[in-house]
Amino acid sequence: MNKIPGDLLFTKDHEWLRQENDGLLTVGITDHAQDALGDLVYVELPVVGQDVIEAGEIAVVESVKAASDVYSPVAGRVEEINQSLADIPENINSDPYGDGWIARIKPTDQIVDNNFMSPDEYEQYIHNLGD
Amino acid sequence: MGLKTKLFEKHIAANARIIDFGGWNMPLHYGSQKQEHLAVRQSAGIFDVSHMTIIDLSGERVREFLQYLVAGDIKKLKDYGNALYTVMLNCNGGIVDDLIIYFISDKSFRLVTNSATRKKDLTWIQEQAYSFNILINEREDLSMIAVQGPHARELASECLSLDYKNEALLLKPFNSFNAGNIFVARTGYTGEDGFELCISNTDAPKLWDQLLSKGITPCGLGARDTLRLEAALNLYGTDMNEFTSPLESGLSWTIGWNPKDRNFIGRKALEELQSSPNKKQFVGLILEDMGVLRNGQKVLIDEFGDGEITSGGFSPSTGRSIALARLPAGEYDHVKVKVRNKTLKARIVDTPFVYRGEIKIDIKEKINE
Repeated sequence: MNKIPGDLLFTKDHEWLRQENDGLLTVGITDHAQDALGDLVYVELPVVGQDVIEAGEIAVVESVKAASDVYSPVAGRVEEINQSLADIPENINSDPYGDGWIARIKPTDQIVDNNFMSPDEYEQYIHNLGD
Repeated sequence: MGLKTKLFEKHIAANARIIDFGGWNMPLHYGSQKQEHLAVRQSAGIFDVSHMTIIDLSGERVREFLQYLVAGDIKKLKDYGNALYTVMLNCNGGIVDDLIIYFISDKSFRLVTNSATRKKDLTWIQEQAYSFNILINEREDLSMIAVQGPHARELASECLSLDYKNEALLLKPFNSFNAGNIFVARTGYTGEDGFELCISNTDAPKLWDQLLSKGITPCGLGARDTLRLEAALNLYGTDMNEFTSPLESGLSWTIGWNPKDRNFIGRKALEELQSSPNKKQFVGLILEDMGVLRNGQKVLIDEFGDGEITSGGFSPSTGRSIALARLPAGEYDHVKVKVRNKTLKARIVDTPFVYRGEIKIDIKEKINE
């Protein structure tokens, strides 16, 4: 399992987000999520400039097993996408918190940390899911 | 609490991801479904398929019974060991199950049917066998291991006792023999060469370990599904069921129409559908846009109507998404598929998509970005 970096926040839908110094939010799916999905074979990325709503669809990740929606943790605008996933979707499997990032979003509002889980809370959360 | 095969502990020890498959706890993969898939195409893989149903039929009239029970012509089973893939039909010509029949002796045959259909199959066979005086013996005492891939036969033969090694290597496709305590059949469900081995539950774990020690990759049901899809081999319950005809499931070749007076179950319904202009076609598709085709997606063909993807997925050998689909009658070679909120382009191709390690379809045509 990939170690969870300490500077991440998590959603119940197994997305992670990181607040970057430039005010953007980097978003991806967690190690737990990629492990449950199995080998990824295709990622449908958002378009740069696209507006997203909180909990709205931002990407679709397709594995050998199934398709799964990725939801935006916040409302905002997509500023950057990880184009390399078009050719190497398996980066999400091998490095979900690094090369497997999906998009960078400029949030409409200030992030409220309390709306998300800390690494410890997320670990407890997936533990309680009983997997 | 699901059912477990005698190899369950082996799967756990190998870190398998376990899923429920028709009531059985089976390995989905042991780490990477894609790598297991490619191991079978390039070298060799083993699959625990002990959940499959093995039924031995015996009796004076067993051949006559089978000629009535299944759509395939049992006359094709000429020599001991010969195997035949065919279907059991109901009176409406719908598929009760697909199966392989092995010719064991003049008075006995072995049937291998699916797992999820076990109870239904046994009941169906019992009902039909009523007047034939057939002994039906379900072999729950046997486990089944499939060894598949270009190196499968060579490596698996090394796990047989020396007396049988040569005979195993000389075994022709769709044939079988008894190698001591192991029933060896040159059959499979991957499009690759290989064996399916039946062995007592007691001896199965040892054989599994021996096969692993030859460097053969353990493979889960995930890889089994993508391999069979590339080989365009139907999956019961997905590509076909009691309401679909073999004529609309790509299985016309499994029907023995001659002799014309052989009255097998479902024959009349098949003959009626055979001459119908509305008979659906069962085809292979390759997706030309980006995305992944999945089971149940709607297929749209201008002027001809709608069809459905019965099995779809990502094909690791081609790097493309492929599918099997049941479509309306007509001549056309391009279709549209409803994938989530989009309509994507796909092309009809000859199947199999992949066979004996080779890609059989044209995958070079440009993918639209």
